[in-house]
Amino acid sequence: MTLDKCIAVLFLTVSIVYGYASYTYPLLPFELNMVFLPNTMPLALSVLGILISSIIILSKKQVPAESLTDGDIDFSRLRDYNWGQALGLLIAMTLYAVLLRPLGFIPSTVAFLVGCGWILGERRLHIMLASSLIGAGTIWYLVQEVLGIFLKPLPWFMG
Amino acid sequence: MLEGIMLGLETAFSLQNLFLVVFGCLIGTLIGMLPGLGPMSIIAIMIPVAINIGDPSAALILLAGVYYGAIFGGSTSSILINAPGVAGTVATAFDGYPMARQGKAGKALTIAAISSFCGGTVGAILLLFFAPALSSVALLFHSAVYFALMVVGLSAIAAFAGSGKVAKALMMTIAGLMLATVGESALFNAPRFTMGLSDLQSGFSFVTLAMALFALPEALFLVLNPNKSNTSANNQAIKDLRITKEEAKKIAPVIARQSIQGFLIGVMPGAGATIASFLGYAVERNIAKGAEQEEFGKGSIKGLAAPEAANNAACTGSFVPLLTLGIPGSGTTAILLGALVALNVNPGPRLMIDNPSIFWAVIISMYIGNVVLLILNLPMIPYIAKLLTIPRNYLIPFILFFTMIGAYIGQNNATELLILIGLGIGATLLRFADYPLPPLLIGFILGGMMENNFARAVNLTDGAAFMYERPMTLGLLLVGVLLIVIPIFRKYRLKTNSINVADGD
Repeated sequence: MTLDKCIAVLFLTVSIVYGYASYTYPLLPFELNMVFLPNTMPLALSVLGILISSIIILSKKQVPAESLTDGDIDFSRLRDYNWGQALGLLIAMTLYAVLLRPLGFIPSTVAFLVGCGWILGERRLHIMLASSLIGAGTIWYLVQEVLGIFLKPLPWFMG
Repeated sequence: MLEGIMLGLETAFSLQNLFLVVFGCLIGTLIGMLPGLGPMSIIAIMIPVAINIGDPSAALILLAGVYYGAIFGGSTSSILINAPGVAGTVATAFDGYPMARQGKAGKALTIAAISSFCGGTVGAILLLFFAPALSSVALLFHSAVYFALMVVGLSAIAAFAGSGKVAKALMMTIAGLMLATVGESALFNAPRFTMGLSDLQSGFSFVTLAMALFALPEALFLVLNPNKSNTSANNQAIKDLRITKEEAKKIAPVIARQSIQGFLIGVMPGAGATIASFLGYAVERNIAKGAEQEEFGKGSIKGLAAPEAANNAACTGSFVPLLTLGIPGSGTTAILLGALVALNVNPGPRLMIDNPSIFWAVIISMYIGNVVLLILNLPMIPYIAKLLTIPRNYLIPFILFFTMIGAYIGQNNATELLILIGLGIGATLLRFADYPLPPLLIGFILGGMMENNFARAVNLTDGAAFMYERPMTLGLLLVGVLLIVIPIFRKYRLKTNSINVADGD
């Protein structure tokens, strides 16, 4: 099964679950007499979702070859893709999301930028560190001092 | 109208707004040149800045400047290194890159700048005349018509998604509409489909979704595909900027034709700059005769001027449905619509009546934006191109950082970042499977409004009678159905014809 059909199957499952959740949505007593209910549109959407995903799953038509290479994806060269680096960056992003608050904006951002550079193969740490510090400092100043959006700059133990 | 223009001039020529146009064009051009960051991503990054300005006119002026700048910036990377950062500038690379390889990079960039300027200016003039005409039908619009209009908009987006992708685009639209139902709505005060998570109480954040759908997959693709991130700019001379008289004579009619055609395509919801640029290129190629036609694809100045004029005119054109009907004509204007709603401005037929200063200031700032772009870019072309040579190891971490911080500062909530990563992975998979992502975002943005208008219309008529009671609603709904049925029917006919031909052979 091709990836686009797998996604259609997944969407079909989501539509069925969504439809069930809409059908069993707890309505308030006064809502029962209304013409339009909170679950009217979700129910309609789940039916449409089931229909469309079924059409994609059941259609025999193959995706034209040119549309597969259209844009940026070359399916014949998937093995050459840098999967390890992409995974490493996703882990770095997740860690950044978790540590942003406890570590503070500036240390976590510098660590994130240096870490991402390291994953991508950059070994000149002094340049990466300097550019990260300038980048993080500038954005912090712009966001907190100029725009007035609070961004805790330092770790929890430093206030 | 004259009064409106004066009001627009007064607002747009304030010192703050002039600064914002210049700033927007500059930021848009600089970031738009970086491969992987198109206008959608840049505008999404700039939204928190725009929202914090507070004044809706100023915010929209800034974002419009960014939009123009990004489209032009995308052309620069298309021409210099054959790496279009934006779908709308792919056609620019067809002839722009061969010109750069022939050592005419400077000339190619100048033609692109001038064509963009003309396209944008003609578009702004047409917008000035067309937009008020469209909004004069304001009083005819009721919630039923609004609902029907949104159906037309969503169907048009699906129909324009490209051959073989109509079902996929429809699926994405429905996914977007489903995401819009998560959380509390204005109509019903109880949260829906939050799965007990308090973070989803107010629904998905628009900025997070925009970042997850566009910026994050682009950055991941830069990492994944080793060829795409090869940003070694060729160092051809980019100093010769002059266009000869003969060349100017050649491209003038092309620019005039494509500015008008591009604008009209841009006005149609769902068409946008990408289709306008491809269609512009195709039309000019077919009109050209003999040797000129042969030159297309090998460095033709007509082939470069056509998509550039068309995509900028279409960008302006897409503001017509956005400002007058509240329907975004493209993914980028969908993001702009979201920004406007966040600023408590409801674009639609009443915008010109309720907020005339916003309406006119945006149109006037388009002229200013075009002039500023030309002044900024011509002398800076040789220098800004150097940015493309930033090594990938530095470029990608900063793209990821801007993506995440854009989602974080809007909500000040770290969970938002985890949602961003999850949705971003999903969006990357969808791109691998060739599913178009703009319909998802447009469905998400229109979803809430569509449900509210539908509910209002149903409550007013005590049923679904509103669909056929008013001819305008019925007509629009039929157009919506036809927009989906006709491409499917055409494809079916083509298929049966080809089978018959094969049988005949």
